[in-house]
Amino acid sequence: MSIKRLSGVHAPHHKNTAECAPQRIPTPDKVIIPMNMHIGAPSTPVVKAGDLVKVGQVIGEAAGFVSVPVHASVSGKVVKIDELLMANGAKAKAVVIEADGLQEVAETVVPPTVETTEQFLAAVRASGLVGLGGAGFPTVVKLSVKNPNSIDYLLINGAECEPYITSDLRTMIDDCEHIIKGAALIKKFVGQKKTIIGIEDNKPEAIKLFQEKTANDPDFEVMAMPSLYPQGGEKVLIHNATGRDVPEGKLPLDVGCIVINVTTLAFISKYIETGMPLIEKCLTVDGSAVAKPGNVIAPIGTPIAKIFEFCGGYKAEPRKILYGGPMMGISVPSDEVPLLKNNNAVLAFAEKEATLAPTTACIKCGRCVAACPVGLMPATIEHAFKIKNVDMLNELKVMLCMECGCCSFVCPAKRELVLTNKLAKAMVREASQKK
Amino acid sequence: MIVTCSPHIRHQDTTKSIMRDVLIALAPALLVSVFVFGVHALVLVAVCVAFAVGAEYVFEKACGKPITIGDYSAVVTGLLLAYNLPLGLPLWMAAFGSIVAIIFAKQLFGGIGQNFANPAITARIVLLISFTGPMTDWVTGYPDTVAGATPLTLMATGQTDKMPSIAQMALGQIGGCIGEVSAVALLIGFAYLLYRKVITWHITISFIATVAVLTALLGQNPVYHMLTGGLMLGAIFMATDYSTSPQTPKGRVIFGIGCGILTVLIRVYGNYPEGVSFAILLMNIIAPHISNYTRNKALGGAAK
Ligand code: SF4
Ligand code: SF4
Repeated sequence: MSIKRLSGVHAPHHKNTAECAPQRIPTPDKVIIPMNMHIGAPSTPVVKAGDLVKVGQVIGEAAGFVSVPVHASVSGKVVKIDELLMANGAKAKAVVIEADGLQEVAETVVPPTVETTEQFLAAVRASGLVGLGGAGFPTVVKLSVKNPNSIDYLLINGAECEPYITSDLRTMIDDCEHIIKGAALIKKFVGQKKTIIGIEDNKPEAIKLFQEKTANDPDFEVMAMPSLYPQGGEKVLIHNATGRDVPEGKLPLDVGCIVINVTTLAFISKYIETGMPLIEKCLTVDGSAVAKPGNVIAPIGTPIAKIFEFCGGYKAEPRKILYGGPMMGISVPSDEVPLLKNNNAVLAFAEKEATLAPTTACIKCGRCVAACPVGLMPATIEHAFKIKNVDMLNELKVMLCMECGCCSFVCPAKRELVLTNKLAKAMVREASQKK
Repeated sequence: MIVTCSPHIRHQDTTKSIMRDVLIALAPALLVSVFVFGVHALVLVAVCVAFAVGAEYVFEKACGKPITIGDYSAVVTGLLLAYNLPLGLPLWMAAFGSIVAIIFAKQLFGGIGQNFANPAITARIVLLISFTGPMTDWVTGYPDTVAGATPLTLMATGQTDKMPSIAQMALGQIGGCIGEVSAVALLIGFAYLLYRKVITWHITISFIATVAVLTALLGQNPVYHMLTGGLMLGAIFMATDYSTSPQTPKGRVIFGIGCGILTVLIRVYGNYPEGVSFAILLMNIIAPHISNYTRNKALGGAAK
């Protein structure tokens, strides 16, 4: 099968921490656990100040289909329910727990009974799982398939194309078994016909490992992908692995695909074994301001300052701190913000890396056009946005932009094309609501 | 703490570094030119560059706009214009041309990236129409080659016996504008631009190939057409100007073919033996439309 390769950019890899096996940080004295770590309705807190909680206990209940429960990540006392301003600007309730350091496990943490598809899905929901690589989409929603016969592919995303981040690589190498078991579970209960794991070709050890472990499963394919950011974009992965394109406004399910990140998959099989919900994350800590970059395992809700502290603290004044990688990560206002379920890295940059070159006039070089994996025309979108022409924005398919950042990355004039695209998408959304 | 929108890393190329690369790519042609025409070629270049940069500075200062001479784009324009002039052109005309290029073709449209026509080409055409005599008064640097005419003029007037050899043309021993005489030097620049990814191959190759194929079909010598009349200079450095050419690969090929067809039509059937400038200018005008019609198909954007 020959598939036209999508564009992208050669971002510098900076995978300094690829060799660092994850280390668990000591239990922090306090965790702040937000109720909206997933898209969809925020969970409802079910504890109040003064309550004693144990590890794995439900502290927030799912408030709808696109929602999952939230669990305590430490044992200790709930000190308050705070109003927290999240990095995306939304306000959310957050449960603040003072840890007692004992890490007592809740009685509710027992392996779930999973014999039917319903039980499996219920378990995935109860685990509090959201896609661990990206936007925080509840995994159970992805797996809730109306017609199991329509699922041709389970695509396991092991691309990890963001610079710096190596936590998925560590999972692939250290926890390969659980990833494969997870795929088998999904095959049993959801029923894909074929499983493909996509790994960028700059991770040969991981590719080799999976090839060995799945050698006698004809339905499991290991696909080496070019190291061209963004191979891990959901639609890019689907295109490159199957040749299918997800139509505008549709989901991967509509073209017979389920895409799941490697760490998410590993978590599912571990959860079925132990019943321990999503209370901690393996993540990469790196950046020019960090003294000892590495991979760590930390409880959800840990203020990220504590995580940096564990990594030797700052060796230069941090001027920019990111949730996630430098291509799609979100810059946060301070290091007091908590670790979220979908974070796979926190990065801290010193002055030099934090300051961007000034923006100059667009010289119409077309590099943004050449770089866009979706085939959009970012410079033209910018123009349409400036003149507030919603029809033109629709015609330019701005809603298909996956905000991967390739266009801004290559722009020699350093224009904020992704920011413009986000604002333009908001403008289109608003206009369609008015209609 | 600095809070900005993603992405948080950027490619190292800037407008300035791109323009610097263009200047580097133009350097070999300048060397050949000085070698062939002597120091006066340098004087002409200096005047054009100085007036281009000066005009940009004065205009932006007068309008209270940010001064952009630091991005080297005005230097590139001045240099390209100089390359498009014959050696003997009175210096004040060259200076006038630079001012036209910067003020009328670039700044009045809003500055870098906003102009629809290539400034150097516009200025060249203005000069050609205003001062046809001096603009077509060719001098060559070699006493043993034909003075006073370019190979294209010779070809057009049927004096094929007086035409220089292909080697002479490739190395610049011919009459012509100061920057267009050595195809080899210009091709070195092309290779550099491709290597540095400043331009893609699409426009240049489709332009030159179209000229070669069409002239061959019309029974003329394609090699002569490729090596003379500023085709290399135009196809490598002028037609590829970012703001006046399409942004999509497909669009660039169409643009190059269009330039090629027009060049040949003007050269073979028109009154001006040198059709490159006019061809590029005409294609500049429709470039935005070509961009529009050759928009990439968005991933999954077909079904609505
Ligand atoms: S990459 Fe930047 S300068 Fe080039 S066309 Fe796109 S927006 Fe303009
Ligand atoms: S327009 Fe959107 S999808 Fe295309 S490169 Fe820019 S951010 Fe990525």
